[in-house]
Amino acid sequence: MLTIQDILETNRMIAEDKLDVRTITLGISLRDCAHPDLDVFCRNIYDKITHTAEHLVRVGEDIEAEYGIPIINKRISVTPIAIAAESCRTDTLVPVAEALDKAAQAVGVNFLGGFSALVEKGYTHGDRRLIQSIPEALAVTERVCSSVNLGSTKHGINMDCVREMGEIIKKTAALTADRDALGCAKLVVFCNSVEDNPFMAGAFHGVGEGETAVNVGVSGPGVVKRALEGYKGADFGTIAEIIKKTSFKITRVGQLVAQEASKRLGVPFGIVDLSLAPTPAVGDSVAYILEEMGLESCGAPGTTAALALLNDAVKKGGLMASSFVGGLSGAFIPVSEDAGMIAAVERGSLSLEKLEAMTCVCSVGLDMIAVPGDTSAATISAIIADEAAIGMINNKTTAVRIIPVPGKKEGDYVEFGGLLGHSPILAVNRFQSHDFIARGGRIPAPVRSLTN
Amino acid sequence: MKIVVTVVGEDRVGIIAMVSGILAENQININNINQNIVDGFFNMVMIADMAAARISLKDLQKILRERGEAIGLDIKVQHEDIFRIMHRI
Repeated sequence: MLTIQDILETNRMIAEDKLDVRTITLGISLRDCAHPDLDVFCRNIYDKITHTAEHLVRVGEDIEAEYGIPIINKRISVTPIAIAAESCRTDTLVPVAEALDKAAQAVGVNFLGGFSALVEKGYTHGDRRLIQSIPEALAVTERVCSSVNLGSTKHGINMDCVREMGEIIKKTAALTADRDALGCAKLVVFCNSVEDNPFMAGAFHGVGEGETAVNVGVSGPGVVKRALEGYKGADFGTIAEIIKKTSFKITRVGQLVAQEASKRLGVPFGIVDLSLAPTPAVGDSVAYILEEMGLESCGAPGTTAALALLNDAVKKGGLMASSFVGGLSGAFIPVSEDAGMIAAVERGSLSLEKLEAMTCVCSVGLDMIAVPGDTSAATISAIIADEAAIGMINNKTTAVRIIPVPGKKEGDYVEFGGLLGHSPILAVNRFQSHDFIARGGRIPAPVRSLTN
Repeated sequence: MKIVVTVVGEDRVGIIAMVSGILAENQININNINQNIVDGFFNMVMIADMAAARISLKDLQKILRERGEAIGLDIKVQHEDIFRIMHRI
C-alpha cells in the first residue's frame, strides 16, 4: 500500500521541485521517402511525418493529465536528411527543411531534429549539399534543428568539416542576425553522436534504428538539489547515494511515460534518456546542485569533481529504473538555459575554459554558449576541434552549440526567449588558431579505437 | 483503475463530505483515506477505485478541480501508477 508520505513526496517533486518529463520524441525513419524529384521527396516526407505523428501531441497531453506529470515537449526526430535526400537531383536542401517545418507545425510539435549529416570520416555529395544548406535552412524555418557529426572514437576527426563548420556557424549567425543569431541555437556539432537522443537540437533518428521509436527524456535537477539540501556536510559517499536514489525515482517516471506513450501510439519503446536537463526557471538548475555540494559559485575549483560525481551517480541510479537506457544520459550544462550557470558567468566564476574542462565529465559538451560576434570562424572551428578531441579520446559524446552574436561583445546580454533562455556573452581567448585550422585533413583515430 | 485524490487548502466544514459525495455520485469506491490538519491547513489523500465509475478520469478531474477552486482548495486526481512506479519496485 502506498503511504501518504510517498504520495506527498511525488507531488512535491512535481509542484515545488519542477520534476517533469522533458520530452517525448518520436523517431521516424524517412529512408523509404527517397526520390530523385525534390518535390516528390518533400511530399513523401511531409505525408509520412504528419501521418505517423498525427496523435503524438494529444497522446502526450492525455498522459500528462492522467498522471499529473508535466510533459514539456513533444518532438520528432527523423533520419539524417543528408542520407534520406541523397538521391534528390537538386543543389539545395532548403526546400526539404521547409517541408519538415510545415510537417512539424501541422502536428503541433515545437522542434523537429534531423537536418543532419554524419561525416566523421568523409563527405558524400549529399553530405556536402546538406551542410551548405544549413545557414539558410535555419534562417527560413522555425522548428527545424540541425546537427553534424564530424568525429568519433572509431574514426578520428574530420578536420575539413571542423573548418567548414566554423564558417557555417558564422554564416548562420549572419543570416539570423536580426534574431540575435537564433539559428545557431538550433545547430549542434557532435563527436560520437548518438542515434537515439531525444533531446534537441541534436536529435536524429539513426540509421540503425527501426521504422519508428518512442524515446523519452526525463529531467529534474530541482529534485536532486532539494534532496541534497538535507545533507549539509555529509561525505561524498552519502551524497552519491542520495543522488542515485533520486535519479532512480525520476527515471521510473520516465519509464512509465515511455511505456504508456509507446502503447498508445502503437510505436516501439526505444529508450529513456536519464538526463538532468535544466531550464531557465529558478530551481531547475544543474549549477545549483554543484553549489549545494559546497562550492561558492559554479566554476570554482572543485566544480569538475562535483560534476563528475553527479553525472556518474545519475547514471547509476537511473540505470536500474528503466528497461532500456540510452541517448545522452547524464547532466547537461547548457549555459543560457540554466539560471545558476548564467549567474556564475555574471559573477565571473565560470569561463569558457572551465566549461571545457567540465565537458570531460558531463553528458555532452559546450552547450548554448554565446560569444562575441567578432569571434572568427577559425576560432570557432578550433573550439570545435578541442571539444571533438575530448570526445574522441574519452570515448564519449561531446558537442558544441555556440552562438557568435553579431554586434555583441563580452559582457553584453543576449535573450533567446523561452526554454533557450538568456546569457551574458562569454569571453573567448584572443589568440589565433587560423593556421592550425587551415591544415584540414583528418586526425587519425586514437589507439583506443583498436579494440577488436 | 485506481486513482489518488489529493486535497490541500484552508480547513473548513464539509470538505470530506463534498469530495466523497462527488465520488459516490459517480460510483467511485473509496479504498483509503488519510487526512490531517497542519497549521490550519487541510491535507487529505484518498485512494479510490474507478472500476465501476460512470465518469471518465478527465471529467472527474475537471469537476473536482472546479468545485475545489470555488472554496479555495487545490484538488488533484491522478492515476495511481505514477506513485506506485516511483516508490515500489
